[in-house]
Amino acid sequence: MKFDTPAGTNPTDRMRVLGKPLDRYEALLKTTGTATYAYEWKDVAPGFAYGYVLGATISKGRILAIDTREAERAPGVVGVVTYRNAGKPGVGKFYVQKMLAAPEVDHYHQPVAVVVADTFEQARAAAALLRVDYARSDGRFDLDAQAATAPVPPQGEFGGPNEKAIGSFGQAFAAAPVKVDQRYVVPDQAHCMMEPHATIARWDGDRVTCWTSIQQMNWGTRDLGLILDIPKENVRLHSPFIGGGFGGKGTVQADLALAAIAARVVGRPVKLALQRPLMFNTTIHRPKTIQHIQLGAERDGRLTAILHDSVSGNLPGGRTEPCVTSTRGLYAGANRLTRTRLATLDLAEGNAMRAPGEAPGLMALEIAMDELAEKLGMDPVQLRIVNDTQVDPEEPSRPFSKRAFVQCLEEGAARFGWRSRKAEPGQVRDGEWLIGMGMAGAIRGGKIAKAGARARLGRDGRVTIETDMTDIGTGSYTVVQQTAAEVMGVAADRIVVKLGDSSFPETPGSGGQQGAPSVAAGTYAACMALRDAVAQRLGFNTAEVEFADGQVRAGNRTASLGDAAVGGEIVVEDTITFEKLAEQFNQQTFAAHFAEVAVNAYTGETRVRRVLSVCAAGRIINPKTARSQVIGGIVMGIGAALTEEMAVDKRFGFFVNHDLAGYEVPVHADVPHLDAIFLDEVDPTISPVKAKGVGELGLTGVAPAIANAIYNATGIRVRDYPLTLDKYLDRLPDIV
Amino acid sequence: MKSFTYERARTPAEAAAAVARTPGAKFLAGGTNLLDLMKLEVETPTYLVDVQDLALDRIENTGEGGLRIGALVSNTALSADMRVRRDYGVLARAIQAGASGQLRNKATTAGNLLQRTRCPYFYDTAMPCNKRAPGSGCAAIGGYSRQLAVIGSSDTCIATYPGDMAQAMRVLDATVETVNARGATRAIPIADFHRLPGDKPERDNVLAHGELITAVTLPPPIGGTHLYRKVRDRASYAFALVSVAAVLQRDGTGRVCFGGVAHKPWRVEAAEAVLPKGARAAAAIAFADARPTEAARFKLSLATRTLAAVIAEGKAG
Repeated sequence: MKFDTPAGTNPTDRMRVLGKPLDRYEALLKTTGTATYAYEWKDVAPGFAYGYVLGATISKGRILAIDTREAERAPGVVGVVTYRNAGKPGVGKFYVQKMLAAPEVDHYHQPVAVVVADTFEQARAAAALLRVDYARSDGRFDLDAQAATAPVPPQGEFGGPNEKAIGSFGQAFAAAPVKVDQRYVVPDQAHCMMEPHATIARWDGDRVTCWTSIQQMNWGTRDLGLILDIPKENVRLHSPFIGGGFGGKGTVQADLALAAIAARVVGRPVKLALQRPLMFNTTIHRPKTIQHIQLGAERDGRLTAILHDSVSGNLPGGRTEPCVTSTRGLYAGANRLTRTRLATLDLAEGNAMRAPGEAPGLMALEIAMDELAEKLGMDPVQLRIVNDTQVDPEEPSRPFSKRAFVQCLEEGAARFGWRSRKAEPGQVRDGEWLIGMGMAGAIRGGKIAKAGARARLGRDGRVTIETDMTDIGTGSYTVVQQTAAEVMGVAADRIVVKLGDSSFPETPGSGGQQGAPSVAAGTYAACMALRDAVAQRLGFNTAEVEFADGQVRAGNRTASLGDAAVGGEIVVEDTITFEKLAEQFNQQTFAAHFAEVAVNAYTGETRVRRVLSVCAAGRIINPKTARSQVIGGIVMGIGAALTEEMAVDKRFGFFVNHDLAGYEVPVHADVPHLDAIFLDEVDPTISPVKAKGVGELGLTGVAPAIANAIYNATGIRVRDYPLTLDKYLDRLPDIV
Repeated sequence: MKSFTYERARTPAEAAAAVARTPGAKFLAGGTNLLDLMKLEVETPTYLVDVQDLALDRIENTGEGGLRIGALVSNTALSADMRVRRDYGVLARAIQAGASGQLRNKATTAGNLLQRTRCPYFYDTAMPCNKRAPGSGCAAIGGYSRQLAVIGSSDTCIATYPGDMAQAMRVLDATVETVNARGATRAIPIADFHRLPGDKPERDNVLAHGELITAVTLPPPIGGTHLYRKVRDRASYAFALVSVAAVLQRDGTGRVCFGGVAHKPWRVEAAEAVLPKGARAAAAIAFADARPTEAARFKLSLATRTLAAVIAEGKAG
């Protein structure tokens, strides 16, 4: 199915199953511990051995020698894999990191060896017996030192243009009567998904099958093929359940690459998980950014000049953190300059983490807007309303497909009780606590991509949908179930959903907030094809056939859906492709986040009291799973605002706090009353299902709303995340 | 994790003897700290003597009107004990400010006193650390030291004692009772139990190899308002940046002990003498010899401010 004109009325508009807060399709499995996660597979690979990864203990240099003899003699050891026997592992297309030091060491905890043994304990014990001699060389670990000079890199495939100028920023900024000119820092952040990276790999001749935890099957087969130097057709991945990813399992990580390599070397299936410290320094992370923002405005608040310059660092060949993405579309303003620059660092690879670019970019821009509002003596909500635009500010001939940003702001302000906020900071006290309110706007791409699905109709009237889509805790199973039920006119319990198998029709997987809309559209296409096949099998006139209540009706003829499959299962497959509309329309999702915080006047501890997010993201397929996505995003935003930072040791060149005790994500006690609501909206330019994703929107803009609330509570402006108490303690009221 | 021999002891003296005769042996109680460290090979004992079968899990009244807390009493049980809650509130509050419910169910009274530092360089075996590998150097000095000591540190170590309970034990003037391999017992005042790092940071406390804690005793209750205030970046399940254990009397006098600032619970009796003058005066004396790293310097004002909050809370309560 080709989608190139806005959708008209179609079966999804019935909204009998779509739009309902169904419980998760796989809820029973997950709540009873019977959903099988990657490390839990056993019977699929009889005789498997366990791998244990040893990470490099230097940050830059090379391996001089590895003495594996003692480890190889240790009890139960099947083999030791190093660059000497691993073949020459290739590099995938999305990450530049090398999965094995060979023998150059590119970053701390880059894998140096995999010890394979009969038991996990034997592998771990033997890994301690490896003796590795290194030659250290100097590395680059300090982004600050390169911030001024880092160049604009060659244009990459992702993240938009590295430099874009509209109008004449310099002149407009110079002439602006009201200005903000500040630098903001967002630190390196880690995904910290609950389920570690884990894989069990089995070879059958020249074909490899892996049960793993990966968000994007199509990239996974492509990249593992490149790493192993085999055709991607020889790679089969299974990932039916994923315990969180947040972008950190986008495509092949070290667990998958090394399990497959080790299994090939030792001639046995291998299961391995990356131990928690390796998540921080071995796999990808959100890289630190230093962002410079200049805003110029008229006295009525209208922006005339916007500059956003962001610098991040990466391994050679790595990508930028595209922090200016949101700035390019959120506010009107005739003169604009956005730029991302890239330094070379010898730390682990910086790459996608939930809302890459948008989340850290808005952490800067939305504080700057708060600062501008204060200078203007204007309400921050009103400032954003004044600068709303219904057309792409870089390309005024291109409208937004839907832009209910102002409604998000107004609805949120009304529901949150924004009017009771005191504009002057430091005015509200509750015992020991200074109370403040803050808000921020958010924009996040409403992307969609080519997606396929297979639909099977059984004799019992059940419809089975198969796609390679993954569910990383987001609700993909349920989204597919609801879409199929709606289109086929059956109850949700008549739908069987099978995901996470790379042999199923291709989708973009879970990433970029495009998973749910894409797979829903693919499911729609497959189900429409199934409707045609059913009508044909029944000999019904396809033009007037109706699917409702488990029945198929045309004229005065009626059959149950299952009747069509009496002669045998009906199997159809279709792929939906998208053309033109994304060029004609700027397709985005929008939100307004409101936060209330309490800052302890004695100690500076900040506790978030409540957060409300109002979102506009097209049709909401399942309000329960969508709400969970946004609430999860708010929790992540609380962490980004208050605690999360991978601390760089610039001498040794690594992230020091590489465990969940040292890298503090929010715990239950940090998470107060949260609420997320969705505006009633459909976007017919996106797909026949008219739905957009919300998973990244929920995070984008939360942290700056909290930062602005802290300012409102205390009158202290901190532009360096996370806003830990040591950064403002001495500026709190002297009450000792 | 390295392979080790595992033995379950039946009496305290037998346990002490088993550890004493084996170099590299350690006692295992709740294991909430030791086992984690073994998995990372920060600790590599060759022999573990499990003491959980020893009958050291009772809280008894002492003849003097205090309490004798068995070494194996869990954190959960101790902080729930009605006598502790009534007469030693600072202890119950400190314990409940630590870890999580699950960990407190497993962690023991003696084990809690023996928690090792959470210095991140101690946890990474690739890094120099005089506490983990004596003589290898201290990576924390000049490194990421925001969580680390501001006073009592040395040129070889700036680690902190990470626990909460010990600060309360310190203001209560608890005594640590031990037994050794020969069956000899000794009573160590809590003030003398934890060490400063000096030039032997590998030694957290004064216990000899094979010396087993059997109980912690508390003197009779001293009345007053019992408070424990723990300041940290997130609201729960984190180690203290600074904590204050306090027992405050109506006349403004009292006892205070700081956590998160030194290699041991930091109580300075001379500072307590000026408590009626307020937090600034007391903290000035308590931290007169502070030598913080730049990253940890904020702990000095944080300690002062936290003490002020505690004093204010004491007056209000």
